Amino acid sequence: MAYIIKGETGDWELVIGLEVHCQVISNAKLFSGASATFGAEPNHNVAFLDAGMPGMLPVINEKCIEQAVRTGLGLKAKINEYSVFARKNYFYADLPLGYQISQFDKPIVGEGTMILDLEDGATKEVGIERLHMEIDAGKSQHDQHPTKSLIDLNRAGVCLMEIVSMPDMTSPEEAGAYLRKLRSIVRYLETCDGNMDEGSMRCDVNVSVRKVGEEGLRTRTETKNVNSVRFVMQAIEAEAARQVEVYEDGGEIVQETRLFDPSKGETRSMRSKEHAHDYRYFPDPDLLPLVLPEGFVENIRKTLPELPDEKKDRFINELGLSPYDASVLVAEKEKADYFEEVAKGRDTKLAANWVITNLFAVLNKQGVSIQNSPVSAANLGKLVELISNDTISGRIAKDVFEIMVETGGDPEKIVEEKGLKQITDTGAIEAAIDEIMAANQDKVEEIRGGKDKMLGWFVGQVMKATQGKANPGVVNKLLRDKIMS
Amino acid sequence: MTKLTNLTLAEARDGLKAGDFSAVELTKAHIDAMEKHKDLNAFITETPELALERAQASDAKIKSGDAGAMEGLPIGMKDLFCTEGVRTTAASRILDNFIPPYESTVSGNLKKAGAVMLGKTNLDEFAMGSANITSNFGSVKNPWGENVGKDLVPGGSSGGSAAAVAGGLALAATGTDTGGSIRQPASFSGIVGLKPTYGRCSRWGIVAFASSLDQAGPMTKTVRDAAIMLQSMAGYDVHDSTSARVDLPNFEAALSGDIKGLKIGIPKEYKVDGMPQEILELWKKGEEMLKDAGAEVVDVSLPHTKYALATYYIVAPAEASSNLARYDGVRYGHRAEGELKNLDDLYMKTRAQGFGEEVQRRIMIGTYVLSAGYYDAYYAKAQKIRTLIAQDFEKAYEQCDVILTPTCPSEAFGIGENEDDPVKMYLNDVFTVPTSLAGLPGISVPTGLSASGLPLGLQLIGRPFDEETVLRTADVLEKAAAFSAKPKMLEA
Amino acid sequence: MSALDKDTVKNIAFLSRIEVADEKLEPLAQDLTKILDWVEQLSEVDTDGVEPMTSVAAQTLHWRQDEVTSGDQPDLVLKNAPDQTDHCYLVPKVVE
Repeated sequence: MAYIIKGETGDWELVIGLEVHCQVISNAKLFSGASATFGAEPNHNVAFLDAGMPGMLPVINEKCIEQAVRTGLGLKAKINEYSVFARKNYFYADLPLGYQISQFDKPIVGEGTMILDLEDGATKEVGIERLHMEIDAGKSQHDQHPTKSLIDLNRAGVCLMEIVSMPDMTSPEEAGAYLRKLRSIVRYLETCDGNMDEGSMRCDVNVSVRKVGEEGLRTRTETKNVNSVRFVMQAIEAEAARQVEVYEDGGEIVQETRLFDPSKGETRSMRSKEHAHDYRYFPDPDLLPLVLPEGFVENIRKTLPELPDEKKDRFINELGLSPYDASVLVAEKEKADYFEEVAKGRDTKLAANWVITNLFAVLNKQGVSIQNSPVSAANLGKLVELISNDTISGRIAKDVFEIMVETGGDPEKIVEEKGLKQITDTGAIEAAIDEIMAANQDKVEEIRGGKDKMLGWFVGQVMKATQGKANPGVVNKLLRDKIMS
Repeated sequence: MTKLTNLTLAEARDGLKAGDFSAVELTKAHIDAMEKHKDLNAFITETPELALERAQASDAKIKSGDAGAMEGLPIGMKDLFCTEGVRTTAASRILDNFIPPYESTVSGNLKKAGAVMLGKTNLDEFAMGSANITSNFGSVKNPWGENVGKDLVPGGSSGGSAAAVAGGLALAATGTDTGGSIRQPASFSGIVGLKPTYGRCSRWGIVAFASSLDQAGPMTKTVRDAAIMLQSMAGYDVHDSTSARVDLPNFEAALSGDIKGLKIGIPKEYKVDGMPQEILELWKKGEEMLKDAGAEVVDVSLPHTKYALATYYIVAPAEASSNLARYDGVRYGHRAEGELKNLDDLYMKTRAQGFGEEVQRRIMIGTYVLSAGYYDAYYAKAQKIRTLIAQDFEKAYEQCDVILTPTCPSEAFGIGENEDDPVKMYLNDVFTVPTSLAGLPGISVPTGLSASGLPLGLQLIGRPFDEETVLRTADVLEKAAAFSAKPKMLEA
Repeated sequence: MSALDKDTVKNIAFLSRIEVADEKLEPLAQDLTKILDWVEQLSEVDTDGVEPMTSVAAQTLHWRQDEVTSGDQPDLVLKNAPDQTDHCYLVPKVVE
């Protein structure tokens, strides 16, 4: 269903493009040998180049090139075997060189596509315009000192992949789906950890609006550095609403950079960016063009893991899962792997159900990740098997599962110890049925008289009498036979 | 015995080996000369104690038979090379208190080879200039001034190095050349100056001016000395992405004295209008000398020569405007004092106070030619013409092996002349700039005297990485020219 | 090419972050115009089909291994800092 903003002069639709900066996973920075790891003491991970000292020169890190190509392949994008690094010139306290080494008209990765998984199970294909490599800036802190700002250059020089989407999204939901999918892909590829709250993945949101059916694009604004999926969606809502209001009031939208204020739920203009930036891009003369040797891209392609879309298709087509279930499971590679271990050689749909409905509920409640699951995949798999081969009923399985969550124990052992094996011996069940029928002749007569619903009560009584261990299916059948005959 | 400060590198090297004198004596002699001729203002930072320490260490090495290729030889170091623990200013106020925590590759190579650094020589601020009159630390005087009774420029930007060598304050000195900054001062000061092929020497640790043009090189009394010194300066450096992955030949061994059959190209476009007759004559004389030595002379054409200067004055300032953005008062160097309203205020005042006029001008030209709407017309256009200039040379080298031209369109001029018009000053580089744009090796050899008795140099330009042929030819030219004139001040 | 006016020079000076006194703007504009007029001659060169020079160094970029080879030297890095505290550089406060 299309996302429309209703205005007095008509209906408005949104045009959304996202620019996402992903910090590349590598030991060292893109052009210097300092560590790229997060969390060090201020200015400890700083080489003289990162501090912009005189005479220092960049030398490229091969790992970062691999990671960029890997990500490009994950986005089904064209890899450019010839690309150029360019300087983006501007002045800021956290930019030690007075320019950012980036890529301009010849990026390493060209056009690609990404499939969004939307709420109702639908999918939408969104275009990727490009991916290029660039260095990150340092960090400034403005609240540590009354009149001064503190600069830490640990982050300056870390490799970033800037991924630019085509302006193909039309709603906050789609934007959210884009970010979730992108995060999923880079985590599968291990090229970025996708932690928006830690800042290793940052999103700039480009929003413009237009009347439904209008051709062409109106002026867009850029809302920078939004650091969660939720905030991105809120920022889009707020900014689109603001733009519509401006237009409806007869005003014009100015192309500008804005910031999202989560506490107010609105965007505001960035005062410091008043002057139009003229970045004066030119090819960096300290570097030569980046040429990928023959076979380089192919070799990386060979080492790609199965990506979310392929895995989802396989789960649907080969394992018989519903599109929804498949989507949920493949969102995180670790979850998909867990599920596959549970499902191996077992009823896949049942396994999916237990993982999604039962296990994930526990993980959410306890606030732990799948890597720290109290129940191992091996054990959960055994539980699924015990259900499938009728050793225990679904009802009993839930109890066993609760014990497994608490103890991390093996379900087979738990069933043994607690004597929870399902009773399928018809003799024992018949005996129980006879007893209950004898004690409730009046109800038997009611059922014979047409009140079918009382059967359920009888089943309940038999289950109670057998401490829930009787196979409900068998109970049902025998009960019907005995009462109805 | 020859005065110690009148020796060449080769002679001093031999003398030290033979034990004729010690490295300490050699260094002391030069420290005394520096003291005596402070008026030249050739040095920004003198390091006599450090020099004597190193000289002592060199003596020990020579004694134990462990001598490096430059062991115990006192040299000047252009103050553009970052020297660990020793102030490095680029002749600018903006770096007047900067002490690098690292050593540039080239100065480090020379140190490892045993060279003794006497101090950091003066230069045009950030290497931008052709007369060494833009230094924050005062202008440098050409040692030849006394010969004509007025203060002369030594040339630039490596004016301090040129004056130090020509004035007998150092046996040799390092320079850097972006558009002629080694060759032109060498010509004005009557010494040899070599700009190697781009990528031959590492740029790591050299304060950058124009990254695609900057190149370190030796400034010496003889061609042999240049070969010796280049040997210790050059070499592939993995820390410089533009450093050339090529073998290092033995440059001194290339001085065979034999240029029979070598083809010398004479580019007709270098005969510019208004060129002084004496320079044309010297050029012709150079041709004859090489012919006499067995070389063949061929006319060649470098059609885009006349556009080289303008091309250079777009490309170099553009790169400089970006390279100098880091000088902002935040992490090192000069920071504007007093009340600063905000970050931009810090930048604006620091850089206005820290940079001299010429540097400011070039930064702004560079900023302008890269700016929106102008990039294609200026920078992109200039880079295309640069390709054409390089192609001109490639074609010419199909017909010749080395090219002979004058180094400068004039003799050294007086301090204070030519300062009213920036473009006039730029014309000093007309013969040296094309070589830089094409990244080729070029050397200036003092070959004659002007009518007023001032040195004039001739330039030899070679194929990429063919310093051997350039040096070999220069060596022959030098011997044939037998340039023996000296600055009057040396006779004192 | 048209002459540079004071406002353009003021803008260039700001882009370059160099403060130029008001009275210096006009002479600077003249100097810069002189230089730009002179380089204007390049427009007469036919450069159709010519590639801009990317580097005189006729080789490919060297790739280094993904190893940590520097850092852990905050004192050296900050040694020349005009203003610092706790291993951080200090600048006048930036308001975003």
